Amino acid sequence: MRELTFVEATLEALDSAMARDPSIFVVGEGIGERGGNFNTTVGLYDKYGPERLCDTPISERGFVGMCAGAAMTGTRPVVDFMFFDFILDAFGELVNQIAKMQYMSSGRLKMPILLRGAIGIGHSAATHHSGSYYPIFAHLPGFRVVVPSVPSDAKGLFATALQSDDPVLFLEHKSLLFNRGEVPEGEYTIPFGQARIAREGTDCTLVAIGSMVDKTLAACERLAEEGISCEVIDPRTIAPLDMETVLASVHKTGRLLIVDETFQPCGVGAEISAQVIDRGFDDLDAPIRRLNGAHVPTPYSPTLEEAIVPEAAEIEQSIRDLLAE
Amino acid sequence: MPESEQLLALYREMLIIRYTEEQLARSHQMGLIHGACHTYVGEEAIATGVCAHLRPDDAVFSTHRGHGHALAKGVSPHEVIAELFGRSTGCSEGRGGSMHLFKPEVGMMGTSGIVGPCILQATGAGYSFKLLKSDQIGIAFFGDGAVNNGAFHEGLNLASIWKLPTLFVCENNMYATEVPFAYSAGNPHVGNRGPAYGMESVTVDGNDVLAVYEAAGEAVQRARGGEGPTLIECRTYRTRAHAEGMRDAGYRTPEEVEAWKARDPITRYNGWLLENEEAGPETLAAIEAEVKEMVADAEEFARNSPWPEADTVSEHVFSQR
Repeated sequence: MRELTFVEATLEALDSAMARDPSIFVVGEGIGERGGNFNTTVGLYDKYGPERLCDTPISERGFVGMCAGAAMTGTRPVVDFMFFDFILDAFGELVNQIAKMQYMSSGRLKMPILLRGAIGIGHSAATHHSGSYYPIFAHLPGFRVVVPSVPSDAKGLFATALQSDDPVLFLEHKSLLFNRGEVPEGEYTIPFGQARIAREGTDCTLVAIGSMVDKTLAACERLAEEGISCEVIDPRTIAPLDMETVLASVHKTGRLLIVDETFQPCGVGAEISAQVIDRGFDDLDAPIRRLNGAHVPTPYSPTLEEAIVPEAAEIEQSIRDLLAE
Repeated sequence: MPESEQLLALYREMLIIRYTEEQLARSHQMGLIHGACHTYVGEEAIATGVCAHLRPDDAVFSTHRGHGHALAKGVSPHEVIAELFGRSTGCSEGRGGSMHLFKPEVGMMGTSGIVGPCILQATGAGYSFKLLKSDQIGIAFFGDGAVNNGAFHEGLNLASIWKLPTLFVCENNMYATEVPFAYSAGNPHVGNRGPAYGMESVTVDGNDVLAVYEAAGEAVQRARGGEGPTLIECRTYRTRAHAEGMRDAGYRTPEEVEAWKARDPITRYNGWLLENEEAGPETLAAIEAEVKEMVADAEEFARNSPWPEADTVSEHVFSQR
């Protein structure tokens, strides 16, 4: 099968959706002729013109609030934040308006808005260009939160997001954007709330999110040489979260480690742990473990930056510790 | 000058708002309203004068003081009162209350408990309508308090650079809750700020329904014709407290309140209609009686309406698709 990068995969999904549905438009800084800081809209301006590939001023609250109004009145905005950190200037519009609009209007208004941006630590981007923030949004009723880890999922999940009548946050880790992977031709969708089992195994369950999936798979590869069999689950969407797949795996393995670059307190791992304790306590043969990025703002210097992100060796050690429990 | 049928329709609409608000104030005292209730008494001419130019498919976005906008946009007093009573027959089916009135079927796209977002959302409606090549328009109603909010700056700029079919209607009632606009704004005028954003703007007497009607008519025509947005500042005053049940002293004088009551938009317009022989006293009295009855009926309807079923509480967080 042919290989595409993340960026090429979502661009393909966006292009075919825009060709079919004239109500879809994209806003963001430099997403017009320039084609996006991360090449997320390359070639679309020439095809669809300036109204559908709308370059904005640096006015995040303004264009997010504007896109809320647009989504309420018959169009389907895609907001391209470039770096997802910039969404924080629009937090009130997201939480008080976009997430609550369908509920406040008793379901008579829809909120088909797709908000995308690059997340994650790497390349010395420093603390204003390295945030992920998805646990915050997963906490709130009203959002769909997508964090893909391979290009084929990115394409299918992006296509689903473009058809959704709910607000979707589509978050791609910067270190993955130009990774290549096999991507099917043509249009397809992947439903939200359906995890992918990235590797089957019997000794322990690893839930890995976003950029942690590849690193966790690398750790499992090394452990396999010693006959240790790990199962790796990629939830793909944080909200909704596919707990059934996690519970079924823990039922089989009895052990669970959650690997996530975002902060540990009140995070996705805490939520998964609590649900497994609630619903799968008798399946557990060991305490649930979490491995997260450090709970600090992101530093600039490479030596400091490396120190806060879980790497394959650290994941491998955490798995060994879990198996020794 | 509007046709005489339209002149009477303006009078009737202002009365619908006034009588509904007075009913809501009484209902609040009786404990029938469970949350906040910000009335529009004294400001009726603005929603009336603007919405008289709108079609059901034009999109209005409003603020916490939004009962008047909902009524003028075509939400019935029955649905407004029932919503404040928390009943399933309310325009938001009991999920919203006073500050979250929705009826998209008539273009009432919501009132909001947060000051500012309506400006951005009306800008977004303008973007939709431009993209879809329709001649609909988006309208934001907001108070003087919103003018000091970043949403005002960002929304007006975006609407201006893309020449969006949007109206920005500022109801300057001189106080943001109890903070005087004269204190909180370096430039105490709103109507002269349009040129700063490259758009038309105008200041009108917000207690003169015909002045509002005329200014809004020009702005609506400009927007529908693809000539871009307009900012209208309507100078007005709320003659009741910020919200029902709040004290209304210490930040303004009784003399100031009385002076504005003497400029009451409904009394003034009543006098104008009689003076100009556009209507006789019997005609106006008949309208008053009809509206009074309608509002009384609405209150009874609301009071006798069922409560929302508790087991529906999780519906509509997400779309049903």
